[in-house]
Amino acid sequence: MTNIFRGFGAVFYKEVLHVRRDAATLFFSLIIPLLQMTVLGFAIDTNIRQVHTVVYNADGRQESRELLDRLKNSDTFHIIRYVENDNDLNDAIISGRARVGVKIPVDYSDRLLHQISAQVLVLIDGSDSSVAGQAIQVTTAIGLDESLRRVLQDRSAAFPVDMRPKILFNPDSRSPNFFLPGLTAVLLLNVTTFLTAFSIVREKERGTLEQLFVTPVRPMGLLFGKLLPYLGIGFFELCMILAFMRFVFLVPIHGNVLLLALFSLPYLFVSLSIGILVSSKATTQSEAMQLSFLTFLPSIFFSGYIFPRETMPWIFYWLSNFIPATYFINIARGIILRGAGIQHLWFDALALTAMGTLLLVVAARRFHNKVIMA
Amino acid sequence: MATQLQPMNEPAISAEHLLRRFGNFTAVNDVSFRVEKGEIFGFLGPNGSGKTTVIKMLTGLLPLSGGSARVEGLDVRTESEAVREQIGYMSQNFSLYYDLTVLENLRFYGRIYGLEPARLKQRIKEIIELNGLAPYLNRLAAQLSGGWKQRLALGCAMLHQPKLLFLDEPTAGIDPVARRELWDLLFELSGHGITFFVTTHYMDEAERCSHVAYIYYGKLIADGTPDSLRQLPDVQPAGTMRVEITAPEVTRALRLARHIPGIRSATIFGQSIHALVDESFDLESLRHQLGKNGIAVTEIRPLAPSLEDVFVELSYKHQALLEAASD
Repeated sequence: MTNIFRGFGAVFYKEVLHVRRDAATLFFSLIIPLLQMTVLGFAIDTNIRQVHTVVYNADGRQESRELLDRLKNSDTFHIIRYVENDNDLNDAIISGRARVGVKIPVDYSDRLLHQISAQVLVLIDGSDSSVAGQAIQVTTAIGLDESLRRVLQDRSAAFPVDMRPKILFNPDSRSPNFFLPGLTAVLLLNVTTFLTAFSIVREKERGTLEQLFVTPVRPMGLLFGKLLPYLGIGFFELCMILAFMRFVFLVPIHGNVLLLALFSLPYLFVSLSIGILVSSKATTQSEAMQLSFLTFLPSIFFSGYIFPRETMPWIFYWLSNFIPATYFINIARGIILRGAGIQHLWFDALALTAMGTLLLVVAARRFHNKVIMA
Repeated sequence: MATQLQPMNEPAISAEHLLRRFGNFTAVNDVSFRVEKGEIFGFLGPNGSGKTTVIKMLTGLLPLSGGSARVEGLDVRTESEAVREQIGYMSQNFSLYYDLTVLENLRFYGRIYGLEPARLKQRIKEIIELNGLAPYLNRLAAQLSGGWKQRLALGCAMLHQPKLLFLDEPTAGIDPVARRELWDLLFELSGHGITFFVTTHYMDEAERCSHVAYIYYGKLIADGTPDSLRQLPDVQPAGTMRVEITAPEVTRALRLARHIPGIRSATIFGQSIHALVDESFDLESLRHQLGKNGIAVTEIRPLAPSLEDVFVELSYKHQALLEAASD
């Protein structure tokens, strides 16, 4: 009689029936993450390329055209227009048609010929800091390179210092490789938190939850019976997302997929428990929706998914330690991109397990106090 | 055998000084009553008077702030899980899963109570026969009419053969035929020794109960058989009688009657007036006075108080006591 999971089987089976009966919800909860992935995978490119550029070439001779060719070949700049005066150059940037304006003065070729320093004006729209940064970097590099070539007349001589950066794990700096593993964490959270919260709040609205409480079902039997079907769906979703990432976006998985699957379990438990917490607070489905979104935003902004944690002010950095997605993103990127193993990621897995256990206990208690004894 | 250890006169419910507070608000205030086995116990009261709170306390959903209660001989405070095995509960909104079929709903509730597959099958068969659910087994619960939803909900609450069933407003929003049929079913089951705890707002249903109690803002102000309540001195004060006056233009007649000395109170019931009058009151003079005003009284006859009269009188009296106490 002390079976604390009493009623688990019945609730589990019933929950599976609900999911099967409501195929539309299941379909959308599985398909929408894939759509999101497609959109984000194609749309987000952190590499700055083909920045719209407007040029005022007052010189117009051979040397100036060579310089412009070098800018074009860098792949960073895309020259959309040539103008004939300073005003048009300014206007193009202010109106937003171009982000970069290049002015080559009338005496550019002459100065080079007489070996006097020739100046090129580069106007950069600072309203997007990453574009501005990239533009500064590339124009400076081209200028430096051009200068060195002219100073070192002997073109075959090697540069005294030759920096050779080697990018590990994602050599082409492909954005999908960076974004999609992190997106996995966010999308999983989405499916599991929402589905659990909804399934419980729906029973609250219907009054069936109260009915269950006058039966001998135990709170743990009820909670696990409700959680596990959604754990299954979450896990299936993970497999779909990973397959999509691997075969559609061609993101190579360098580590052990099984380890990733194993480590995703505590993470799923965390987000399911958040779902229970939400449902213990919310009384209607729309309230549950809003609360779920509330738990959702920190996971997007403070987990390192979009903005690197290291650049955050210390308070947010500290805060990000308490966000489950932080750890799972590290696990996902670690295994998928860096081929990390259990020896590198055990701490993250442990942190997630601890959080999952704690949240589940808190959620179960709150559920008992606020929902059953309400 | 365990059942023989219980004394024969053990009541189905015995509540002693039940108390429930929500913050400063006392929802249930010193409520005591007994429900014997096999009774149909009607629990009445205005909305928000504490009916559902009492049910929640007796079913173990709400902890007691004070007092004690035994249900089927078990203490609801310490043995709530065992209590739940013995009772069935049907809430006012028929807590069914609308996206599951009739059969799936029955199976689910059977499994929740841990019925073994063979027994579950047997019980479902019995319930289907009893409630006439056979034609609808594979229909979604959402597609049933109100009356059938109610039968299914009752079936779900009875699968585990509870000795005591709590029905919270089982007939709210149900058509009259379904209402009648439900009561026929309750009488039949009650004949098999099942105890019913029923809340309702319908007075005709209250009249059918073998035992009624009336709760008024947390206080139990009436408790007994319908007949014993009618005899209460508060309802039928010494030296008074009740009469039914049938006349055309009842509204105008009521206005006039209220000014006639000797008539203590009067209300309209359909096409007639129910009045509480002094025993010495001259009925012929009433007929005469109304006749003077152009109202031809068809009939005046003595009347036993209805349960509604009982509850209205007791509520007024209790309200007066409360107001006197607060002055």
